[in-house]
Amino acid sequence: MASLVGSRVERKEDKRLLTGKGRYTADINIANQTYAAFVRSPHARAKIKKVDTSKALKASGVVSVLTGEEIATDKIGGLIAGWAIRSEDGSEMKVPANPPLAKDNANFVGEPIAVVFAETLDEARAAADLVSVDYKVLKGVINTGDAMKSEAIHDGIDKNLCYDWLLGDRKAVEEAFAKADKIIKVDLINNRLVPNAMEPRACVVDYNTASEEITLYTTSQNPHLSRLIMSAFGGVAPENKLRVVAPDVGGGFGSKINVYNEEIICSWASKKIERPIKWIAERTESFLTDTHGRDHVTHAELAVTNDGKFLGFKNETIANLGAYARVFGTVTPTYLFGPCATGVYTIPAAYSNVKAVYTNTAPVDAYRGAGRPEATYTIERLVEKAAMELGIDRTEIRMKNFPTEFPFKQTLVHTVDSGDYVSGLKKAKEMADYDGFEARRKKSESNGKLRGIGVSSYFEACGIAPSAVVMSLGCGVGLWESSEVRFNPTGQVSVFTGAHSHGQGHDTTFAQIAADELGVPLETIDVVHGDTDKGTFGMGTYGSRSLAVGGIAIVNACKKIVAKGKRVAAKMLEVNEDEIDFKDGEFVVTKSNKKKTIGEVAFACYLPGSRDSEFKSPLPEGEEPGLIETSFFDPANFSFPAGSHIAEVEIDPETGEVKVEKYTAVDDFGRIVNPLVVEGQVHGGIAQGIGQALHENTEYDETGQLITASYMDYTMPRADNFPEFNLGFTCTHATSNPLGVKGCGEAGAIASPPTIMNAVIDALGGQEISMPATAEKVWRACKLLKKTNSKAA
Amino acid sequence: MTKVTIEVNGKKVSKDVPDHTILSVFLRDNLNLTGTHVGCDTSQCGACVVHVNGKSIKSCSTLAADVDGSTVTTIEGLVKDGKMHPMQEAFKKMHGLQCGFCTPGMVMSAIDLLQNKKKPSDSEIREWLEGNICRCTGYQNIVAAVKEAASKM
Repeated sequence: MASLVGSRVERKEDKRLLTGKGRYTADINIANQTYAAFVRSPHARAKIKKVDTSKALKASGVVSVLTGEEIATDKIGGLIAGWAIRSEDGSEMKVPANPPLAKDNANFVGEPIAVVFAETLDEARAAADLVSVDYKVLKGVINTGDAMKSEAIHDGIDKNLCYDWLLGDRKAVEEAFAKADKIIKVDLINNRLVPNAMEPRACVVDYNTASEEITLYTTSQNPHLSRLIMSAFGGVAPENKLRVVAPDVGGGFGSKINVYNEEIICSWASKKIERPIKWIAERTESFLTDTHGRDHVTHAELAVTNDGKFLGFKNETIANLGAYARVFGTVTPTYLFGPCATGVYTIPAAYSNVKAVYTNTAPVDAYRGAGRPEATYTIERLVEKAAMELGIDRTEIRMKNFPTEFPFKQTLVHTVDSGDYVSGLKKAKEMADYDGFEARRKKSESNGKLRGIGVSSYFEACGIAPSAVVMSLGCGVGLWESSEVRFNPTGQVSVFTGAHSHGQGHDTTFAQIAADELGVPLETIDVVHGDTDKGTFGMGTYGSRSLAVGGIAIVNACKKIVAKGKRVAAKMLEVNEDEIDFKDGEFVVTKSNKKKTIGEVAFACYLPGSRDSEFKSPLPEGEEPGLIETSFFDPANFSFPAGSHIAEVEIDPETGEVKVEKYTAVDDFGRIVNPLVVEGQVHGGIAQGIGQALHENTEYDETGQLITASYMDYTMPRADNFPEFNLGFTCTHATSNPLGVKGCGEAGAIASPPTIMNAVIDALGGQEISMPATAEKVWRACKLLKKTNSKAA
Repeated sequence: MTKVTIEVNGKKVSKDVPDHTILSVFLRDNLNLTGTHVGCDTSQCGACVVHVNGKSIKSCSTLAADVDGSTVTTIEGLVKDGKMHPMQEAFKKMHGLQCGFCTPGMVMSAIDLLQNKKKPSDSEIREWLEGNICRCTGYQNIVAAVKEAASKM
């Protein structure tokens, strides 16, 4: 039987999604439901003096209006930071309380203050306008770089500083810098982005007054984790009385990891008003209140020798957390960022110092890549600049500093188990026709255009786990994953996973894995996820962890199924267990070639007998009936995908427009389960990264109003912004899991921003420019370039 | 209230709805055709594209009353005799969708493109789909799917 792992299998989930039969949260309606509309702060920072709901309560169709007073009285807990990060001086991080409905202070535009429930959506919205809130408006702290110099926005949090964190050895770095021939420096802003999953957040809640069970349908990447947080910290209901269902979810990219105010509020309120509740975010609500990504201000330095060896690295970053610290908010700019900032290079001495600040803006949390795009941008801008200043070819300087032996003990935290960075970059150069670039540059010049080439080499730590490591770094929970595999008596298989698919294609790829392990056809396997009432507990999907952690739990559960199957088959075939081989779905006696299929064995597993009965059970004595196995997998290490990307851009100096002419990506994801799906992940990641580099920016004005709060204002990349991406792969197997797989979901978004920016800056003759390199900024840079060139001439 | 009578996916329907009812709301809430999605409030994302009298339109910025008497086709109406439309088949074959949220609008829009131009070039496809935002795929496999469908239709 041919292996399904490695095949371009078309997705099982597609027919449902292509024919309008998907079931997203907004598609769910419950009889007698009410509609929620939120009253949100129009101010970035204000004291809430009074909330008057009397007019709203009298409005047509209104069922209830609730405020921060009621939620405090009912002792409903707030939103949480999932990771405890310590400052360099050993002190604990400072975290403000974050009640689901603000009672005394509003800290960003869009923060919920009150909620109206009414018979129709129109009535709910109309009544929300009648809630009158008396604010004392205060001057907000908006700008990342200024936050520490501004008035404290949270009581007791001096300088708006959550932590001042250090990883690495300052003294060793200073010594390395003293030996350097040259110090390369960059000042970078990693622009704030809005993840913008196409499905706006939504929730539908049903409360059963008799069983006291809440069912929450919601747009979540991790329903089990949401239930845990809502129960343990929100106090909404005990875990056994809270069912969280994340049905089809229309993209996440990190923005649907968090439990949000609305989910806690609607769950609590449904119990209170004894009616089902439906809430769907408008797009502008999503812009205002979904967690944002990135937003770093960085100064970094690289100490180099004249022949291009890297000696030392410094990274001083201010990271904006927004108004509150959320689930991955505090770890994203520290352990997900700092260690990876030394990139794919052997650098003997390094440190990353990160100051995380609170501002009156939407909370910032994980967004595709989470910390690793910021890290890669930092080091890859430095490396490119070093090549330029030293007059060394940009690919040569990289290869000179790549580790060549694995495991590679990276400077700051990680031991990278496997990789081959040289082959990856060589392959990318070949595919991109790197050597032919100068001719293309000349051709563009003859057409009045500026052409640039950019390279970036990256590695990242993903497959987020292992529990022992993440918990020692401050994570509040273990990050293992689980699976249950049920072999039905009549031969089909249900694979339950704690991971969650919101576009990644788990229905297919996880079935491929199980089909290979069990030797049964793909069609007989169904992957079940997204419901806390179905299957085992799990931590969900983010940090490119589903396959490298969740996929392995499936493999291990299948191996248990086969192990039990072998015991039963041995009894059925009247031989010893060690005389049986399992292959292609059959238990075969090696000597006689007598066999039983796994389907026959599965059926037999459901036929227990007893010693005294006339019925001769096929089950060995003492063997429990049934064929259902569970596995929890906690890997020994992160997985470390890596690669090199090369882009060519052409700039029209008259308009400043940047056109991406060529994009080549060569990635090492270890063993690939489904190339079709993996390529799709890479395409999407690259597109989001190009979005960051050229188009997207989240802009607050000086009063904290979000002025890019719709698709009319925030530049979402569209089909005509991209060329066809040219993908290649190299393969070194991960040693930390039995499949040899590495995460692939975030790589594209990690590698592409520096690739593109290096190309733009190359086209501009080395002139620094910040992301996004919009037509206006580039046009201004071109003007400056013209001036400099004419002066030089 | 306004009486809206339309033919949707081959079936005649008639409903009394408030005057300001948007077509996407009419389809989703009144007819339970939830395959048509709403992803923005500004007529930008295109998740809501349906066909009215054979032409693609954004149903989130069209009043239901304005299409009274028209023939409307939604994503649910493309399957014939249990078989998916060649465009749906092509999206599946080329992995032109991931989370699936933008997909119904994308498919409806792409079908209209091929009605206007049988064999569009890559850049013509990309330009046509400029009114449909996808956050997952980077558009590459969507373009490939439209070309695949063009070769089959």
